[in-house]
Amino acid sequence: MADTKHRVLITGVSRFLGLRLAKRLEDDPSVESIIGVDLEEPPIPIERFEFVRVDIRNPLIARVIEATGATVLVHTNISSTQAILGGRSQMKENNVIGTMQVLAGAQRARQLRKVVVKSSSAIYGSGPGEPSILPEDHAARQVELSGYGKDCAEAETYARDFGRRRPEVDLVILRTQNVIGPTVRTNITDYLSLPAVPTALGYDPRLQFLHEEDAVDAFRRTITEDCRGIFNVAADGVVYLSQAIRLMGKVELPLLLPAAEGIASLLRSFNAIDFPTDQLKLILYGRVVDTLRAKEAFGFAPRYTTESALKDFRDRHQGELEPTPNMRPAWEMELFEYLRAKSKESV
Amino acid sequence: MADAEVIQLSRSRPVSRSRCRATTNSGRPCRNYAVEGDDYCRVHGGDARRRHPSRSTPTADTLRTELTPKPPGFVEWLQGFVSRRLSGEYPVDDFGYDPELAREVLLPLAKPLYESYFRVRTLGVDRIPATGPALLVANHSGTIPLDAVMTQYAVATEHPQQRTMRNVAANLAFRMPFIGPLARKSGNAVACDEDAIELLRRGELVGVFPEGYKGVGKGWSERYKLQRFGRGGFVELALKTRVPIIPVAIVGAEEAYPMIANAKGLAKVLGFPYFPITPTFPLLGPLGALPLPSRWIIEFGEPIAMDDYPDDAPDDAMLVFDLADRIRDTIQQMLYKNLGLRRGAFF
Repeated sequence: MADTKHRVLITGVSRFLGLRLAKRLEDDPSVESIIGVDLEEPPIPIERFEFVRVDIRNPLIARVIEATGATVLVHTNISSTQAILGGRSQMKENNVIGTMQVLAGAQRARQLRKVVVKSSSAIYGSGPGEPSILPEDHAARQVELSGYGKDCAEAETYARDFGRRRPEVDLVILRTQNVIGPTVRTNITDYLSLPAVPTALGYDPRLQFLHEEDAVDAFRRTITEDCRGIFNVAADGVVYLSQAIRLMGKVELPLLLPAAEGIASLLRSFNAIDFPTDQLKLILYGRVVDTLRAKEAFGFAPRYTTESALKDFRDRHQGELEPTPNMRPAWEMELFEYLRAKSKESV
Repeated sequence: MADAEVIQLSRSRPVSRSRCRATTNSGRPCRNYAVEGDDYCRVHGGDARRRHPSRSTPTADTLRTELTPKPPGFVEWLQGFVSRRLSGEYPVDDFGYDPELAREVLLPLAKPLYESYFRVRTLGVDRIPATGPALLVANHSGTIPLDAVMTQYAVATEHPQQRTMRNVAANLAFRMPFIGPLARKSGNAVACDEDAIELLRRGELVGVFPEGYKGVGKGWSERYKLQRFGRGGFVELALKTRVPIIPVAIVGAEEAYPMIANAKGLAKVLGFPYFPITPTFPLLGPLGALPLPSRWIIEFGEPIAMDDYPDDAPDDAMLVFDLADRIRDTIQQMLYKNLGLRRGAFF
C-alpha cells in the first residue's frame, strides 16, 4: 500500500470536513491527486484537485468512482444538521440513500483499496444505564435510536455489507464525537452559542467533544496509515454541561423536563436553533466514548482536550481572536471567512 | 484403554508472581508475568507504555492531589471555590468524578451523619491496599443506599491514604434528576461490566453491592440475611482483571430504615423496584424519611487474591459460583460476629 500513491476521492468536499481534509491532503507526498464530489464547487482553490459535480444520491456516482480511478474513497457527506439540507426527510435521504449509492458504486470499482466512512458517536444513543465510556463494540442496549443516530446506524449497515462483499478493501468507519471548533457549525455549537442555554432541571450530563482540526487529522491518518475497522474519535477528557456553559461564559437556564421539549420545538419554529428532539437525550444523559483503539491502530493523537477544544471554540467563535495573516496560512483565512459567511447566511 | 484420560484433581498453580497489568489488543488481560519491580511484562512495559494511553489517565486519587490546596480559612476557601465553580475551571475524570466537590463539600456534609448520628465504627480499613485496584464487595440493606455513602466516607477519611472508593450503582440512580448527577460527581459509575472493568484497569478502588435491589429492598424480617449474590458477575470481574476482592460487612443500615412492608402497586406506578413502608414513612410525611439513629459497624475483611487462578477461570461457571458463595459466607460470618459485638441496635 505504501509503495503506490493514493488517489483520494472525497464526497461532501464543499462541506467543512471534506474541504479541510482536501486542503490537508494537498501537500501530502503520499497522495497523487484528490477528487472532490459535491453539489457545489469548493470555494477556494485546491492543488492537484479535480472537482466533479454530482449528487451522491444519483447512481451516476458509481461511474464517477470508477472513471476517476480513485484508490481511496472518503465518504464524509453524512450530516447531523437538518437546516443545511432542508429538513429531516432530506437529511435522511442524503445520509442513508446517499451512503447506499456511494457504497454500491464503490463495490463495482475494482481499483479501490480503502474506503473511509464517516459515522458518529450518536450511534450509541444516550441513556442512564449505558456504560460511562463506550467502546466500539458496544451496541445501544436500552436506548432507541432516532434521527441522526439512526441514520448513522443505517449507513454503517451499508458500510459493513460493503466490507463483506469486498473483503480485500480496507474498510474504516470513523465515529466522530460532537465536533466543535472555530469554523464548524452544528446544532451543538448553535446550542452552546445561545445567550442563555436551556438545560433540563436536575440533569447534568458529561459531554465530550472533538476539535475540528483533530477530526480532519483523524481522517488524514486513516488514509495514510495501514488500518481497518471501526474507530471512535474524540478528545480526551470530559466536561459537564453545566461546566461547559460556564466555560463559555453563558448563563444556564434550567427548565422542567416536560417544558424543555416544548421549548426545543418553539426555538426550532423560530429558527433560533436547530436542535432535534432526538438530541434531547444527549443533554440529559451525555455520552463519552473510548478512543484507545484509534490511538493504537493509526496513532490518533488529539491535540485538543475536550476542555481546550471548547475554549478554542469560545475564543475564536465570538470573534475575540480572528485568525491573522501571519498566524495561519492564507487559504485558511479564506476558508474561515467563507464558512463564517455561510453560517450567517443559513440562520 | 491405553489412552485413558487422566483427570487432574488439583490444578498445578504457579508460584504467586504478579501478572502484567496491561490489556492485550483483544481486550483480555495480559497473561505474562510482570517484570520484577514493575507492574508490566516485557511486552507491555518500558517504551510500550507510551503506546497505551489509557494507562496515563489519572486515578481519582491522583486527580485529588492535583487540586489547589485547601486554604486554612473558610472564607478564603469559599472565595476560591465559588470562583472556580463560576468559571467552570475544575477537573473531572472521565466517569464524572468531581474531586473538589466530593472532597470539600459532599464529604463534610456526610460527616455529622457518620460520626454523630450513626456513630460508625470502622474495622480493618487498613486491609485496603495503599495503591492499586481492589474490588470491595459489601452487603446491601436499608431501603436507601446510605450504606454505600457511609462506606465511601469510611474509606475516604479513615484509610491511611484516604482513598476514593468508586461504587457502581444501578441505572435507576442515574435516571433520577438531581440524584443522578450527584451520584456521578461523587465518584459512582454504572453497574455494568464495562464500567467496573475500566475503573479497575485504571487502578481504582471499586465497590459493588451484589445483592442489588434484593438487598436494599428486603423486609425487616429478613434483616442481616444475605440475599443471592447476583449472578456472580463480581467474581468474573475480579478474575478477569486479577484484582483482589475485599469482603465488606456493614451492620446498622438495616435498622436505619426498617422496611415493614412493600407497597408493590405504588412502586409499579412510580417505576421503582420497591416502595418502602417503614414505621415512620409515609406516616410522618417527609419527617418519616429521616433514618433512625442506629449504631453502625463497617468491617473490611482480609483481601482474597485472584491472580493465582488459570486464565480460563472467568469462563469456569462452577469456579465462579463457588468463589461467590465463599465470599458471601465470609460476609455473613462477619455480619454475625459484628452483630454480637454491637451492644444494642440504637444505643
